[in-house]
Amino acid sequence: MLEVDGLSKSFRGLHAVQNASFAVPQGGIVGLIGPNGAGKTTCFNAIAGVFAPDAGSIAFAGKPIHGLRPDQVCAAGIGRTFQIVKPFAGLTVLDNIVVGALLRSKDVSAAKNYAAEIMERLGLGAKAELPASSLTLPDRKRLEVARALATRPKLLLLDEAMAGLRPTECDQIVAVFRELNRSEGLTILLIEHVMRAVMALAQKIVVLHHGEVIAQGAPQDVVRDPAVLECYLGEETVV
Amino acid sequence: MIARLLEGVPRRGLAMLAALLAFLLVFPAFASGYLVSLGFLILYFAYVGQAWNIMMGFAGQLSLGHSLYVGLGAYAAAALYVHFGLSPWIGLFASIALCALAGAAIGFLAFRFGVAGVYFAILTIAFAEFARIGFDHFAWVRGSSGLFLPVANYAENDLWNLRGSPRMFYYLMLGMAAGAFVLCHALLRSRVGYYWRAIRESPEAAQALGVNLFRYRMIAVVLSAAMTSLAGVVFAFYYNNLFPEQIFHVSRSIELILGPIIGGIGTLVGPLVGALLLTGLAEGLGELLLALGVDVPGVKQVFYGVCLLLVVMFLPDGVWPPLARALGLNRKG
Amino acid sequence: MPAEIYLNVAASGLLTGLVYGLMALGLSVIFGVVRVVNFAHGEMMTVAMYLTLVLFGALQLDPLVLLVPIAAVLFVFGYLLQRALINPFINRPEHSQFMLLVAVALILVNLQLLVFGPDAKGIRTPYSFDSFQLGPLVVDASKVYAAGAALVVAAALFAFFRYTLIGKAIRACADNYEGARVVGLDVKRLYALTFGLGAACVGAAGAMLMAVIDVTPAIGPAYTLLAFVIVITGGLGSMPGALLGGLLIGVTEALGGVLFTPSAKSMFAFGLLVLVLLFRPQGILGRKTA
Repeated sequence: MLEVDGLSKSFRGLHAVQNASFAVPQGGIVGLIGPNGAGKTTCFNAIAGVFAPDAGSIAFAGKPIHGLRPDQVCAAGIGRTFQIVKPFAGLTVLDNIVVGALLRSKDVSAAKNYAAEIMERLGLGAKAELPASSLTLPDRKRLEVARALATRPKLLLLDEAMAGLRPTECDQIVAVFRELNRSEGLTILLIEHVMRAVMALAQKIVVLHHGEVIAQGAPQDVVRDPAVLECYLGEETVV
Repeated sequence: MIARLLEGVPRRGLAMLAALLAFLLVFPAFASGYLVSLGFLILYFAYVGQAWNIMMGFAGQLSLGHSLYVGLGAYAAAALYVHFGLSPWIGLFASIALCALAGAAIGFLAFRFGVAGVYFAILTIAFAEFARIGFDHFAWVRGSSGLFLPVANYAENDLWNLRGSPRMFYYLMLGMAAGAFVLCHALLRSRVGYYWRAIRESPEAAQALGVNLFRYRMIAVVLSAAMTSLAGVVFAFYYNNLFPEQIFHVSRSIELILGPIIGGIGTLVGPLVGALLLTGLAEGLGELLLALGVDVPGVKQVFYGVCLLLVVMFLPDGVWPPLARALGLNRKG
Repeated sequence: MPAEIYLNVAASGLLTGLVYGLMALGLSVIFGVVRVVNFAHGEMMTVAMYLTLVLFGALQLDPLVLLVPIAAVLFVFGYLLQRALINPFINRPEHSQFMLLVAVALILVNLQLLVFGPDAKGIRTPYSFDSFQLGPLVVDASKVYAAGAALVVAAALFAFFRYTLIGKAIRACADNYEGARVVGLDVKRLYALTFGLGAACVGAAGAMLMAVIDVTPAIGPAYTLLAFVIVITGGLGSMPGALLGGLLIGVTEALGGVLFTPSAKSMFAFGLLVLVLLFRPQGILGRKTA
């Protein structure tokens, strides 16, 4: 579904990503892991259209999307969340999601209905009319995901969606993603540090280090890969 | 469609609005000529504040050069009337077109080149100043000597040519202010309104949800400009004279944003409340000083400045939100 | 027109430009450190000009001498303004800050109108009508003195920021607000100090300008705009940029006034502004913020 080929991006001489290539199969869940500064969010941003890559190509459902604007990428069917959540603070929880739903449902009441559905699914129903600014962090993360889901994406990019969540909260969200993947075939690419979530969700893992892909494959193989262990020395793994 | 517009509006709020409208409709019947003129002024500022609010309160772009649109709108309609006898109802199309173009140009320059925040504000000031100096040398509209409309007989109301009593203008302005209010209310609830608010809160997040920032910012700017141009048309025909030095001046731009800021940026009722407070209190102050024998230029402006200062410091969301809460209207106006 | 006229006009513009540059320097310092957009900048300058007028009338002291106490008064004013009004606003949205200063500007302009009236007022120094001759150039003495004073003040400011401990502390705040606080710098006090310094620049520039032009309350807003044009052209946050911008604008204005009509001269400043905003928004000497 998503083909990243030879992706490279530098910032003022710093090679954030170098010649990264990996694929995300349709209906699959792929985890993108690596130490801080490995280039994971840069990859995401390139895919999401925040900037164009210096080299390489990104294809989604067979069509090239590198160089498109973020709103065009979203319209093509890719939704994303942000590492540092960006709720529309002055709007209610429901209205936040409505903004997302309006992409595909141009009529406001249809959008509201769909948004309400998504809201319930993510467990935010009780907070519909509250201002987004009043939410706790876990709820803000849920809102972030709900908003992205409301655009009816075929591929969802999750940028450290679990950061800051307690294990139980983490498990709850993992369950939601599993369910979405299973019932609707939602393809997911996630950046994560929380190995608990990665191991629970990912069918394939791609490991980045200093901007390069150093390993990719099935989770159990990747976590035993010596190159990966070397760069991840000290990282806790839950197998 | 009316039902759609009314859905979700608190009963109390509707009742108050209806009462207010009724009051405004019968007001000229028992008010003096002076008060009717004052009413006109308040409605004028409510209208133009509402138009500005679209750009700032809804789409988050601070324009400090809105006098550009008032001036362009005024001059377009007035010049067409003076030179060709064209009714302002036809001339206003030229005004709208001109201002939409100007707004689009400014918006395009700003958004394509990433000019935002304080830089954008200064860009808007620069354009207004350009117009001020440019029109001073524009012979077709008589330049700095001023463009004068033939003064009319106030006893007769000629609505077609907008020649008439302050009362006629009062009702005209009431219609425009009410229309703007309803329009903004409808806009806020529409897809465009949602997208605007999203852009205002977080442009990045909005983009990630498929919102084309450029397109929606442009819509806000062009709409705001076009609406403001109509205020210019009325201005020209009410005061019957136009001077570039005055109509394009930056103090005019500041004057028209005081209402919405004091009333409450981004709210519907804010511009009206702000206009009422400012103009009402300023006139009251003026009267008081006159009664005390003090007649000094600049007092009103100092008063405006102090009001603005106090509101910005202590009521950053404007006067309306706390007032609305006090009146038991919990939804944002 | 003979080339000499252009040369003279350009020279005159250059000199006035230095004074403009000093005024803009104040704005640049304030924005570069405190990150406040001082919309009341020009109005503060006219306050300084009126002060000069009054003191000159009372004491008959040369404005270039008066610039010291006036700069001091403006320093205090700026310090207090920052401390009392602006400091609480540091974390508020941008437009709140503007509006605060727009309000201050509104009040200042109209207080001046109330007290002094709208008519232009000027001072006549013993050297008001003198001029220097340098080959083909003939320049007003007052402009030369004013420009010289501007250079001295600007140099003093540069030295302050470069070599004194407080100056370095202020620059640290500008670079990294949180870092500065962590290290124990009293950022609020330093901000107030910086605003005071910026205001002092404006005060000095005002005193100098009084030797050269007349004052009315209306020129306050015009100079605020001019200061912004200069600072944006030269580079927001760059001190040499402000001076360079001042020179550039001084010359463009002067030449524009001669080549076209005098009343259109600010159009050139605005034209330059629009070009800069579009094609090099960080200004000539500014740094592109990441």
